[in-house]
Amino acid sequence: MQYHTPTSFDDAIAIAAQADGVTRFLAGGTDVLVQMRADILTPDTLINVKGIDGVKDITRTPEGGWQIGIAVSGAEMTEHPELGRDWPGVVEATDLIGSTQVQGRCTMVGNLCNASPAADAVPAMVAAGITVTVSGPDGTREVAVEDIPTGPGKTSLASGEMITRITLPPRGENGGDAYLRFIPRTEMDIAVVGCGINLRVDGDTITEARVALGAVAPTVRLVAEAAEAIIGTTLDDAALAALAEAASAACSPIDDKRGTIKFRTHVAGVLAQRAARIAYARATGQKDS
Amino acid sequence: MSKIHVTTTINGDEVEYLCDPRETMLDVLRDRLGLTGAKEGCGTGDCGACSVTLDGRLVCSCLMLGAEADGHEITTIEGMATGEELHPLQQKFIEYAALQCGICTPGILVATKALLEKNPDPTETEVRYWLAGNLCRCTGYDKIIRAVMDTAADMREAS
Repeated sequence: MQYHTPTSFDDAIAIAAQADGVTRFLAGGTDVLVQMRADILTPDTLINVKGIDGVKDITRTPEGGWQIGIAVSGAEMTEHPELGRDWPGVVEATDLIGSTQVQGRCTMVGNLCNASPAADAVPAMVAAGITVTVSGPDGTREVAVEDIPTGPGKTSLASGEMITRITLPPRGENGGDAYLRFIPRTEMDIAVVGCGINLRVDGDTITEARVALGAVAPTVRLVAEAAEAIIGTTLDDAALAALAEAASAACSPIDDKRGTIKFRTHVAGVLAQRAARIAYARATGQKDS
Repeated sequence: MSKIHVTTTINGDEVEYLCDPRETMLDVLRDRLGLTGAKEGCGTGDCGACSVTLDGRLVCSCLMLGAEADGHEITTIEGMATGEELHPLQQKFIEYAALQCGICTPGILVATKALLEKNPDPTETEVRYWLAGNLCRCTGYDKIIRAVMDTAADMREAS
C-alpha cells in the first residue's frame, strides 16, 4: 500500500488519477481502517487528505450558508457555536455516528462516500439540500448529495475524482430541520430506519419541504410524495397521516437481523411524522417537542 | 515495501519511529514503542480499549494509522500518572473497585480524563453517553460511573 499526504487538492487528484488498483481517500478513517482490519479491502493507494489547506474549516458562505471542510469531524461540527443553530438536524444526524471516539474522527464526506444505505448523516444532508463539489482530472462539478450514492458501497464518483467541498444552503427565515433514526438500543448502533426532514413555513403553513429516508432502500431516498403530503398544510392530523403513508410507500427495504421489511416500512412512516413535528416546531419557533 | 518515518510527541516526549503504512497507531504503540497500556479489544472501533488522545481529542488508536501521528501529539494511559502519583481518576477507580479484569480500564480512564477536561461537572447521563464506546464485560458499569462522578466532584472542590 502506497501512503500519500498531499498538501493540495490538485496533488491529491493527480495521485488518484495516476494510481493503479484500488484507491481510497483517508479523512477520519473510521470506515477505511475497519475494512483494512477486517480484510475486506486494503487499498493499493491511500491518500490522507488531512494535510490539505482548509479541510478542517467551517466557514460562512457569502450567501449565508456554510462550507464544511471534508476532514471536519462530527465532534467539531457539534462543538461549533453557530452551525447547529442553522442546521440542527444535520449536526444531530452526524453526531449519531458511532461513539465519542468515532466522533473525534468521522466526517460527513466519509459517511456519504462509504455509501451505506443506513448512513446517519446522509438523509439529513439530502433533506437540507446540501451539495458537494466533486473535482477530478476532467474538472469540477457541483453535485446534490442524493446523486452521490448509487447503491450499497457504490458512488457516482469516477476514478480519480474526489469530493473537495460541502456546501450547506443558507438557512433563511422560518426554516427547521430534524433527523431521527430507529435503533433497538439507545446508542452505538446502525439505523434500522432513518428520516431527515427540512421545511419552511409562512405563518403556520408549510411552504417548502424535503423528506429523505435512510436504511429502507439500496440508497438514501429523497421522497417527493412525502414532501408534497405536508406542503400547504399546517401539519394537521390529516397531513401527518398522508406523510406517513407516502413515506411507507417509498420503502423497498431488505429483511435482515436488524429489522423486517414490514417493520421498516411501518417505522419509516412513524419516524417521518415525528421528525416532521420537530422540524415544524423549529421552523415556527416553538420549543422542541 | 518502504517504511514511513514518523516524528511525533507521545505523553510529552518527542518520539521517532519507522512504520509500515498499514500499521495502526495501536500496533505502533504496543509493538514498536512498548507502550502496552492501550489494549486491542475489537480492532474495529467498537470497544474503546485502545483509546488515546490525538491533539487532545479522544480517538480509537486502532482506527488511526501510525503514519498519521506525524507532527501531532498523542497521549496514552502511560502519561496519566505523574511518576508514582496516580491521577485522581486512577485512585478513585481503585477505591471503588471499578475494574475487574482490567482490559477496558486504560481506555476508560483515558476517555473519562478527556471528558472531565471538557466538562468538569457532567451528569450521570452525560458520563454514560460519553462512555458508550467503551465496553466493559465485568463491572456492569455502575462502579465505573460512580467513580467518575465522585472524582469529578473531588476535582471541582480542589480547583
